Amino acid sequence: MIKVQGLYKSFGELDVLKGIDYEVKEKEVICVIGPSGSGKSTFLRCINLLEDITAGDVFIDGVKVNDPKTDINEIRKDVGMVFQQFNLFPHMKVLDNITISPRKIRKMNPGEAEKLAHQLLKKVGLGDKANSYPEQLSGGQMQRVAIARALAMQPKVMLFDEPTSALDPEMVKEVLDVMKQLAVEGMTMVVVTHEMGFAREMGDRVLFMDQGIIVEEGTPAQVFNEPKNERTKAFLSKVL
Amino acid sequence: MDFLDFRLDMIWNYRELFIRGIGITLALTAVGYLGGFVLGLFVGMGKLSKKKWIYYPSKYYVDFFRGTPLLVQILLIHLALIPGIFGHSLGYFVSGALALVLNSAAYNAEIIRAGIQSIEKGQMEAARSLGMTQNVAMKNIILPQAFRRMVPPLGNELIALLKDSSLVTVIAANDLLYAGKVVAGASFRFWEPYLTVAILYLCLTFVFGKIISYVENRFSNSYVPTQRKKMFSSRR
Repeated sequence: MIKVQGLYKSFGELDVLKGIDYEVKEKEVICVIGPSGSGKSTFLRCINLLEDITAGDVFIDGVKVNDPKTDINEIRKDVGMVFQQFNLFPHMKVLDNITISPRKIRKMNPGEAEKLAHQLLKKVGLGDKANSYPEQLSGGQMQRVAIARALAMQPKVMLFDEPTSALDPEMVKEVLDVMKQLAVEGMTMVVVTHEMGFAREMGDRVLFMDQGIIVEEGTPAQVFNEPKNERTKAFLSKVL
Repeated sequence: MDFLDFRLDMIWNYRELFIRGIGITLALTAVGYLGGFVLGLFVGMGKLSKKKWIYYPSKYYVDFFRGTPLLVQILLIHLALIPGIFGHSLGYFVSGALALVLNSAAYNAEIIRAGIQSIEKGQMEAARSLGMTQNVAMKNIILPQAFRRMVPPLGNELIALLKDSSLVTVIAANDLLYAGKVVAGASFRFWEPYLTVAILYLCLTFVFGKIISYVENRFSNSYVPTQRKKMFSSRR
Protein backbone atom coordinates (compact mmCIF):
# COMPACT_ATOMS: atom_id res chain seq x y z
CA MET A 1 0.00 0.00 0.00
CA ILE A 2 2.84 2.40 0.84
CA LYS A 3 6.17 1.75 -0.80
CA VAL A 4 9.21 3.83 0.04
CA GLN A 5 12.32 3.41 -2.09
CA GLY A 6 15.73 4.93 -1.41
CA LEU A 7 14.24 7.90 0.39
CA TYR A 8 16.71 10.70 1.12
CA LYS A 9 15.86 13.97 2.78
CA SER A 10 18.17 16.78 3.68
CA PHE A 11 17.51 20.19 5.17
CA GLY A 12 20.33 22.20 3.65
CA GLU A 13 23.55 20.61 4.86
CA LEU A 14 21.78 18.36 7.33
CA ASP A 15 20.96 14.88 6.09
CA VAL A 16 17.91 13.71 8.01
CA LEU A 17 16.99 10.60 6.05
CA LYS A 18 19.76 8.59 4.44
CA GLY A 19 18.14 5.93 2.32
CA ILE A 20 14.91 4.45 3.60
CA ASP A 21 13.39 1.42 1.92
CA TYR A 22 10.17 0.06 3.29
CA GLU A 23 6.82 -1.31 2.30
CA VAL A 24 3.64 -1.04 4.32
CA LYS A 25 0.99 -3.59 3.46
CA GLU A 26 -2.74 -3.10 3.71
CA LYS A 27 -4.19 -3.30 7.22
CA GLU A 28 -0.74 -3.32 8.78
CA VAL A 29 0.01 -1.23 11.86
CA ILE A 30 3.59 -0.03 11.65
CA CYS A 31 5.11 1.57 14.72
CA VAL A 32 8.19 3.70 14.25
CA ILE A 33 10.36 4.17 17.31
CA GLY A 34 13.74 5.74 17.88
CA PRO A 35 15.52 8.59 19.61
CA SER A 36 14.72 12.26 18.94
CA GLY A 37 16.27 13.52 15.76
CA SER A 38 16.41 10.07 14.23
CA GLY A 39 14.21 11.15 11.32
CA LYS A 40 11.02 9.34 12.34
CA SER A 41 8.72 12.30 11.91
CA THR A 42 10.42 13.41 8.72
CA PHE A 43 9.95 9.91 7.31
CA LEU A 44 6.25 10.14 8.09
CA ARG A 45 5.94 13.65 6.66
CA CYS A 46 7.61 12.57 3.42
CA ILE A 47 4.89 9.97 2.86
CA ASN A 48 2.22 12.62 2.26
CA LEU A 49 4.75 15.11 0.97
CA LEU A 50 4.45 17.62 3.79
CA GLU A 51 8.22 17.60 3.31
CA ASP A 52 9.73 17.68 -0.16
CA ILE A 53 11.66 14.56 -0.96
CA THR A 54 15.33 15.15 -1.76
CA ALA A 55 15.82 11.82 -3.54
CA GLY A 56 14.05 8.50 -3.83
CA ASP A 57 10.39 7.65 -4.37
CA VAL A 58 7.22 7.12 -2.38
CA PHE A 59 4.33 5.18 -3.87
CA ILE A 60 0.85 5.00 -2.39
CA ASP A 61 -1.41 2.40 -4.00
CA GLY A 62 1.02 2.29 -6.89
CA VAL A 63 0.85 6.06 -7.53
CA LYS A 64 4.15 7.86 -7.33
CA VAL A 65 3.57 10.58 -4.75
CA ASN A 66 6.60 12.68 -5.67
CA ASP A 67 5.89 12.66 -9.40
CA PRO A 68 5.36 16.29 -10.51
CA LYS A 69 2.40 15.04 -12.55
CA THR A 70 0.68 13.58 -9.50
CA ASP A 71 -1.93 15.83 -7.90
CA ILE A 72 -0.78 15.65 -4.30
CA ASN A 73 -4.18 16.84 -3.07
CA GLU A 74 -5.76 13.72 -4.56
CA ILE A 75 -3.27 11.55 -2.67
CA ARG A 76 -3.79 13.40 0.60
CA LYS A 77 -7.55 12.82 0.48
CA ASP A 78 -6.78 9.18 1.16
CA VAL A 79 -4.00 9.69 3.68
CA GLY A 80 -5.13 10.92 7.07
CA MET A 81 -2.64 12.55 9.40
CA VAL A 82 -2.67 13.23 13.12
CA PHE A 83 -0.16 15.68 14.56
CA GLN A 84 1.61 15.96 17.86
CA GLN A 85 0.18 19.45 18.39
CA PHE A 86 -3.36 18.44 17.27
CA ASN A 87 -3.60 21.43 14.92
CA LEU A 88 -7.35 21.74 15.25
CA PHE A 89 -8.78 24.84 13.62
CA PRO A 90 -9.46 27.08 16.64
CA HIS A 91 -11.97 29.33 14.88
CA MET A 92 -14.36 26.49 14.12
CA LYS A 93 -16.61 24.36 16.23
CA VAL A 94 -15.62 20.73 16.62
CA LEU A 95 -18.34 19.80 14.15
CA ASP A 96 -17.04 22.20 11.51
CA ASN A 97 -13.46 21.06 12.08
CA ILE A 98 -14.60 17.62 11.04
CA THR A 99 -16.99 18.52 8.21
CA ILE A 100 -14.96 21.18 6.42
CA SER A 101 -12.83 18.83 4.37
CA PRO A 102 -15.58 16.39 3.41
CA ARG A 103 -17.70 19.38 2.35
CA LYS A 104 -15.04 21.39 0.54
CA ILE A 105 -12.94 18.60 -0.88
CA ARG A 106 -15.17 15.53 -1.18
CA LYS A 107 -18.14 17.78 -2.09
CA MET A 108 -20.30 15.93 0.40
CA ASN A 109 -23.56 17.68 1.15
CA PRO A 110 -23.67 19.39 4.56
CA GLY A 111 -26.34 17.12 6.04
CA GLU A 112 -24.43 13.99 5.14
CA ALA A 113 -21.15 15.46 6.38
CA GLU A 114 -22.71 16.33 9.72
CA LYS A 115 -24.16 12.88 10.08
CA LEU A 116 -20.73 11.41 9.43
CA ALA A 117 -19.16 13.83 11.91
CA HIS A 118 -21.60 12.86 14.64
CA GLN A 119 -20.89 9.19 14.01
CA LEU A 120 -17.15 9.77 14.22
CA LEU A 121 -17.45 11.87 17.36
CA LYS A 122 -19.42 9.09 18.99
CA LYS A 123 -16.75 6.65 17.92
CA VAL A 124 -13.99 8.67 19.61
CA GLY A 125 -16.18 9.11 22.68
CA LEU A 126 -17.01 12.80 22.21
CA GLY A 127 -20.59 12.62 21.03
CA ASP A 128 -21.52 15.58 23.23
CA LYS A 129 -18.78 17.94 22.03
CA ALA A 130 -19.97 18.72 18.49
CA ASN A 131 -20.77 22.33 19.32
CA SER A 132 -17.73 23.01 21.49
CA TYR A 133 -14.74 24.99 20.31
CA PRO A 134 -11.27 23.45 20.50
CA GLU A 135 -10.19 25.79 23.29
CA GLN A 136 -12.93 24.32 25.48
CA LEU A 137 -11.46 20.83 25.21
CA SER A 138 -8.67 19.06 27.04
CA GLY A 139 -5.61 17.89 25.14
CA GLY A 140 -6.83 14.32 24.97
CA GLN A 141 -10.20 15.45 23.68
CA MET A 142 -8.56 17.68 21.08
CA GLN A 143 -6.45 14.83 19.82
CA ARG A 144 -9.48 12.58 19.55
CA VAL A 145 -11.27 15.27 17.55
CA ALA A 146 -8.19 15.47 15.33
CA ILE A 147 -8.43 11.74 14.73
CA ALA A 148 -12.14 12.06 13.90
CA ARG A 149 -11.33 14.93 11.55
CA ALA A 150 -8.80 12.82 9.68
CA LEU A 151 -11.20 9.86 9.54
CA ALA A 152 -13.94 12.04 8.06
CA MET A 153 -12.10 11.98 4.75
CA GLN A 154 -12.43 8.18 4.89
CA PRO A 155 -8.72 7.64 4.32
CA LYS A 156 -7.08 4.38 3.35
CA VAL A 157 -4.07 5.05 5.55
CA MET A 158 -3.60 6.99 8.77
CA LEU A 159 -0.31 8.58 9.72
CA PHE A 160 0.23 9.41 13.39
CA ASP A 161 3.06 11.77 14.27
CA GLU A 162 3.73 11.30 17.99
CA PRO A 163 0.01 11.66 18.77
CA THR A 164 0.40 11.41 22.55
CA SER A 165 3.67 13.29 23.08
CA ALA A 166 2.03 16.62 23.87
CA LEU A 167 -0.53 15.15 26.26
CA ASP A 168 -0.66 15.07 30.03
CA PRO A 169 -0.03 11.49 31.19
CA GLU A 170 -3.59 10.88 32.30
CA MET A 171 -4.88 11.66 28.81
CA VAL A 172 -2.59 9.37 26.89
CA LYS A 173 -4.75 6.31 27.38
CA GLU A 174 -7.95 7.78 25.94
CA VAL A 175 -6.11 8.59 22.71
CA LEU A 176 -4.34 5.24 22.53
CA ASP A 177 -7.65 3.48 23.08
CA VAL A 178 -9.11 5.20 20.03
CA MET A 179 -6.06 4.23 18.01
CA LYS A 180 -6.31 0.63 19.18
CA GLN A 181 -9.92 0.52 18.11
CA LEU A 182 -8.90 1.78 14.66
CA ALA A 183 -6.18 -0.84 14.42
CA VAL A 184 -8.61 -3.59 15.37
CA GLU A 185 -10.99 -2.38 12.66
CA GLY A 186 -8.25 -2.94 10.11
CA MET A 187 -7.05 0.58 9.37
CA THR A 188 -3.62 0.74 7.80
CA MET A 189 -1.57 2.85 10.20
CA VAL A 190 1.93 4.24 10.45
CA VAL A 191 2.53 5.45 13.99
CA VAL A 192 5.57 7.38 15.14
CA THR A 193 5.48 6.98 18.89
CA HIS A 194 7.30 6.90 22.17
CA GLU A 195 4.60 4.68 23.64
CA MET A 196 6.45 1.37 23.71
CA GLY A 197 3.46 -0.36 25.27
CA PHE A 198 1.30 0.59 22.28
CA ALA A 199 3.98 -0.48 19.80
CA ARG A 200 4.42 -3.82 21.52
CA GLU A 201 0.71 -4.50 21.82
CA MET A 202 -0.70 -3.12 18.57
CA GLY A 203 2.17 -3.03 16.10
CA ASP A 204 2.29 -5.64 13.38
CA ARG A 205 5.82 -4.46 12.63
CA VAL A 206 8.12 -2.20 14.58
CA LEU A 207 10.77 -0.05 12.95
CA PHE A 208 13.66 1.25 14.96
CA MET A 209 15.18 4.32 13.33
CA ASP A 210 18.38 6.09 14.25
CA GLN A 211 20.43 8.72 12.43
CA GLY A 212 18.25 8.68 9.34
CA ILE A 213 18.15 4.98 8.61
CA ILE A 214 16.02 2.01 9.62
CA VAL A 215 18.37 0.20 11.97
CA GLU A 216 16.12 -2.70 12.81
CA GLU A 217 12.75 -3.98 11.71
CA GLY A 218 10.60 -6.87 12.81
CA THR A 219 7.63 -8.01 14.82
CA PRO A 220 7.29 -6.38 18.24
CA ALA A 221 8.47 -9.59 19.85
CA GLN A 222 11.63 -9.64 17.73
CA VAL A 223 12.48 -5.99 18.21
CA PHE A 224 11.60 -5.64 21.87
CA ASN A 225 12.62 -9.06 23.18
CA GLU A 226 15.54 -10.01 20.97
CA PRO A 227 17.00 -6.85 19.47
CA LYS A 228 19.98 -7.70 17.28
CA ASN A 229 21.51 -4.30 16.73
CA GLU A 230 23.57 -2.64 19.46
CA ARG A 231 21.89 0.71 18.90
CA THR A 232 18.46 -0.83 19.31
CA LYS A 233 19.57 -2.51 22.51
CA ALA A 234 21.00 0.73 23.86
CA PHE A 235 17.82 2.65 23.02
CA LEU A 236 15.47 0.06 24.46
CA SER A 237 17.49 -0.23 27.65
CA LYS A 238 16.86 3.47 28.22
CA VAL A 239 13.14 3.55 27.47
CA LEU A 240 11.81 0.23 28.72
CA MET B 1 -3.95 88.97 19.91
CA ASP B 2 -6.47 87.40 17.56
CA PHE B 3 -7.31 84.84 20.12
CA LEU B 4 -9.19 87.33 22.22
CA ASP B 5 -11.77 88.07 19.58
CA PHE B 6 -12.30 84.54 18.40
CA ARG B 7 -15.06 84.75 15.85
CA LEU B 8 -17.21 81.67 15.95
CA ASP B 9 -19.83 83.35 13.79
CA MET B 10 -17.36 83.38 10.93
CA ILE B 11 -17.02 79.61 11.08
CA TRP B 12 -20.79 79.27 11.30
CA ASN B 13 -21.18 81.27 8.12
CA TYR B 14 -18.94 78.81 6.30
CA ARG B 15 -20.53 75.74 7.91
CA GLU B 16 -21.60 74.24 4.61
CA LEU B 17 -18.04 74.30 3.36
CA PHE B 18 -16.82 72.45 6.44
CA ILE B 19 -19.63 69.90 6.32
CA ARG B 20 -18.90 69.24 2.69
CA GLY B 21 -15.22 68.94 3.56
CA ILE B 22 -15.99 66.32 6.20
CA GLY B 23 -18.02 64.41 3.61
CA ILE B 24 -15.18 64.47 1.09
CA THR B 25 -12.61 63.49 3.72
CA LEU B 26 -14.77 60.57 4.86
CA ALA B 27 -15.46 59.48 1.31
CA LEU B 28 -11.77 59.59 0.39
CA THR B 29 -10.86 57.69 3.54
CA ALA B 30 -13.53 55.04 2.93
CA VAL B 31 -12.59 54.49 -0.71
CA GLY B 32 -8.88 54.58 0.09
CA TYR B 33 -9.24 52.16 2.96
CA LEU B 34 -11.49 49.61 1.30
CA GLY B 35 -9.57 49.71 -1.97
CA GLY B 36 -6.31 49.63 -0.07
CA PHE B 37 -7.45 46.64 1.91
CA VAL B 38 -8.47 44.58 -1.11
CA LEU B 39 -5.36 45.50 -3.08
CA GLY B 40 -3.24 45.04 0.04
CA LEU B 41 -4.63 41.55 0.48
CA PHE B 42 -3.35 40.55 -2.95
CA VAL B 43 -0.02 42.33 -2.58
CA GLY B 44 0.45 40.91 0.91
CA MET B 45 -0.19 37.38 -0.28
CA GLY B 46 2.03 38.14 -3.28
CA LYS B 47 4.86 38.88 -0.89
CA LEU B 48 4.40 35.39 0.53
CA SER B 49 4.44 33.74 -2.88
CA LYS B 50 7.24 31.37 -3.80
CA LYS B 51 6.79 32.34 -7.45
CA LYS B 52 9.35 35.02 -8.29
CA TRP B 53 7.19 36.75 -10.88
CA ILE B 54 4.59 37.33 -8.18
CA TYR B 55 6.94 37.98 -5.28
CA TYR B 56 9.17 40.62 -6.85
CA PRO B 57 6.45 42.89 -8.27
CA SER B 58 4.71 42.75 -4.87
CA LYS B 59 7.91 43.55 -3.04
CA TYR B 60 8.85 46.45 -5.33
CA TYR B 61 5.31 47.80 -5.11
CA VAL B 62 5.51 47.95 -1.33
CA ASP B 63 9.04 49.34 -1.43
CA PHE B 64 7.98 52.14 -3.75
CA PHE B 65 4.78 53.22 -2.04
CA ARG B 66 6.20 52.99 1.46
CA GLY B 67 9.48 54.54 0.44
CA THR B 68 8.16 57.72 -1.19
CA PRO B 69 6.07 60.49 0.39
CA LEU B 70 2.32 60.31 -0.13
CA LEU B 71 2.37 63.97 -1.12
CA VAL B 72 4.72 63.17 -3.99
CA GLN B 73 2.53 60.22 -5.01
CA ILE B 74 -0.57 62.42 -5.08
CA LEU B 75 1.13 64.97 -7.32
CA LEU B 76 2.57 62.29 -9.60
CA ILE B 77 -0.80 60.63 -10.03
CA HIS B 78 -2.83 63.80 -10.48
CA LEU B 79 -0.46 65.75 -12.68
CA ALA B 80 1.44 63.03 -14.53
CA LEU B 81 -0.07 59.55 -14.41
CA ILE B 82 -3.75 60.25 -15.04
CA PRO B 83 -3.26 62.99 -17.66
CA GLY B 84 -0.64 60.69 -19.21
CA ILE B 85 -3.14 57.88 -19.61
CA PHE B 86 -6.40 59.73 -20.26
CA GLY B 87 -5.08 62.92 -21.79
CA HIS B 88 -6.83 65.07 -19.18
CA SER B 89 -7.53 65.15 -15.47
CA LEU B 90 -10.36 63.03 -14.09
CA GLY B 91 -10.86 65.41 -11.20
CA TYR B 92 -9.34 65.63 -7.76
CA PHE B 93 -11.46 62.84 -6.31
CA VAL B 94 -10.29 60.14 -8.69
CA SER B 95 -6.65 61.19 -8.33
CA GLY B 96 -6.88 61.55 -4.57
CA ALA B 97 -8.71 58.29 -4.02
CA LEU B 98 -6.35 56.42 -6.32
CA ALA B 99 -3.31 57.75 -4.49
CA LEU B 100 -4.79 56.80 -1.12
CA VAL B 101 -5.74 53.33 -2.36
CA LEU B 102 -2.28 52.66 -3.78
CA ASN B 103 -0.53 54.06 -0.72
CA SER B 104 -2.57 52.34 1.95
CA ALA B 105 -2.42 49.06 0.00
CA ALA B 106 1.34 49.05 0.53
CA TYR B 107 1.00 49.46 4.29
CA ASN B 108 -1.91 47.01 4.51
CA ALA B 109 0.07 44.49 2.49
CA GLU B 110 2.72 44.36 5.20
CA ILE B 111 0.08 44.03 7.92
CA ILE B 112 -1.63 41.24 6.03
CA ARG B 113 1.64 39.46 5.26
CA ALA B 114 2.67 39.58 8.91
CA GLY B 115 -0.78 38.42 10.03
CA ILE B 116 -0.70 35.41 7.73
CA GLN B 117 2.83 34.54 8.78
CA SER B 118 1.88 34.71 12.45
CA ILE B 119 -0.44 31.70 12.11
CA GLU B 120 1.25 28.51 13.27
CA LYS B 121 2.68 26.39 10.48
CA GLY B 122 0.70 23.40 11.77
CA GLN B 123 -2.59 24.99 10.68
CA MET B 124 -1.62 24.98 7.02
CA GLU B 125 -0.10 21.52 7.35
CA ALA B 126 -3.26 20.13 8.93
CA ALA B 127 -5.39 21.70 6.21
CA ARG B 128 -3.18 20.41 3.43
CA SER B 129 -3.01 16.95 5.00
CA LEU B 130 -6.80 16.84 4.73
CA GLY B 131 -6.54 17.33 1.00
CA MET B 132 -7.29 21.05 0.88
CA THR B 133 -5.55 23.00 -1.85
CA GLN B 134 -3.40 25.98 -0.91
CA ASN B 135 -6.23 28.37 -1.86
CA VAL B 136 -8.99 26.55 0.00
CA ALA B 137 -6.79 26.34 3.10
CA MET B 138 -5.82 30.01 2.87
CA LYS B 139 -9.43 31.13 2.53
CA ASN B 140 -11.04 28.85 5.13
CA ILE B 141 -8.31 28.19 7.67
CA ILE B 142 -5.52 30.77 7.59
CA LEU B 143 -7.20 34.07 6.70
CA PRO B 144 -10.08 33.84 9.22
CA GLN B 145 -7.52 33.40 11.99
CA ALA B 146 -5.06 35.90 10.58
CA PHE B 147 -7.70 38.65 10.25
CA ARG B 148 -8.23 38.67 13.98
CA ARG B 149 -4.57 39.39 14.53
CA MET B 150 -4.64 42.07 11.87
CA VAL B 151 -7.44 44.05 13.49
CA PRO B 152 -5.32 46.28 15.77
CA PRO B 153 -2.74 47.31 13.14
CA LEU B 154 -5.47 47.71 10.50
CA GLY B 155 -7.25 50.04 12.92
CA ASN B 156 -4.14 52.18 13.29
CA GLU B 157 -3.91 52.25 9.54
CA LEU B 158 -7.46 53.59 9.26
CA ILE B 159 -6.75 56.52 11.57
CA ALA B 160 -3.46 57.25 9.85
CA LEU B 161 -5.21 57.23 6.48
CA LEU B 162 -7.95 59.57 7.70
CA LYS B 163 -5.34 62.13 8.66
CA ASP B 164 -3.14 61.52 5.63
CA SER B 165 -6.11 62.13 3.38
CA SER B 166 -5.65 65.85 4.20
CA LEU B 167 -2.68 65.84 1.81
CA VAL B 168 -5.08 65.81 -1.15
CA THR B 169 -5.64 69.49 -0.37
CA VAL B 170 -2.57 70.06 -2.51
CA ILE B 171 -4.54 69.12 -5.65
CA ALA B 172 -7.42 71.36 -4.57
CA ALA B 173 -9.66 68.56 -3.42
CA ASN B 174 -12.56 69.97 -1.42
CA ASP B 175 -11.70 68.03 1.68
CA LEU B 176 -11.85 69.20 5.28
CA LEU B 177 -8.45 70.87 5.32
CA TYR B 178 -9.21 72.61 2.04
CA ALA B 179 -12.33 74.11 3.59
CA GLY B 180 -10.15 75.63 6.29
CA LYS B 181 -7.74 76.92 3.71
CA VAL B 182 -10.52 78.58 1.72
CA VAL B 183 -11.91 80.28 4.82
CA ALA B 184 -8.45 81.42 5.86
CA GLY B 185 -7.78 82.77 2.41
CA ALA B 186 -11.07 84.65 2.30
CA SER B 187 -10.89 86.15 5.78
CA PHE B 188 -7.16 86.45 6.42
CA ARG B 189 -7.82 84.92 9.81
CA PHE B 190 -5.97 81.73 10.72
CA TRP B 191 -6.84 80.70 14.25
CA GLU B 192 -10.51 80.11 13.62
CA PRO B 193 -10.45 78.05 10.42
CA TYR B 194 -7.42 75.91 11.20
CA LEU B 195 -8.40 75.31 14.81
CA THR B 196 -11.86 74.30 13.58
CA VAL B 197 -10.27 71.92 11.09
CA ALA B 198 -8.07 70.44 13.83
CA ILE B 199 -11.03 69.95 16.16
CA LEU B 200 -13.12 68.38 13.42
CA TYR B 201 -10.29 65.93 12.58
CA LEU B 202 -10.02 65.17 16.29
CA CYS B 203 -13.74 64.42 16.45
CA LEU B 204 -13.49 62.13 13.44
CA THR B 205 -10.48 60.23 14.79
CA PHE B 206 -12.22 59.95 18.16
CA VAL B 207 -15.28 58.34 16.60
CA PHE B 208 -13.10 56.05 14.46
CA GLY B 209 -11.09 55.14 17.55
CA LYS B 210 -14.27 54.10 19.33
CA ILE B 211 -15.37 51.97 16.41
CA ILE B 212 -11.94 50.36 16.20
CA SER B 213 -11.80 49.52 19.88
CA TYR B 214 -15.24 47.96 19.58
CA VAL B 215 -14.12 45.81 16.67
CA GLU B 216 -10.89 44.94 18.48
CA ASN B 217 -12.83 43.84 21.52
CA ARG B 218 -15.13 41.79 19.41
CA PHE B 219 -12.32 40.00 17.61
CA SER B 220 -9.30 39.94 19.87
CA ASN B 221 -10.73 37.53 22.34
CA SER B 222 -12.17 34.06 22.58
CA TYR B 223 -13.48 32.19 19.56
CA VAL B 224 -16.22 30.83 21.82
CA PRO B 225 -19.22 33.17 21.48
CA THR B 226 -20.41 32.73 25.06
CA GLN B 227 -16.96 33.40 26.46
CA ARG B 228 -16.44 36.66 24.65
CA LYS B 229 -15.78 39.62 26.87
CA LYS B 230 -18.56 42.16 26.89
CA MET B 231 -17.30 45.51 25.80
CA PHE B 232 -18.59 47.59 28.68
CA SER B 233 -18.48 44.92 31.33
CA SER B 234 -16.41 45.54 34.42
CA ARG B 235 -15.60 41.86 34.68
CA ARG B 236 -12.42 41.63 32.71
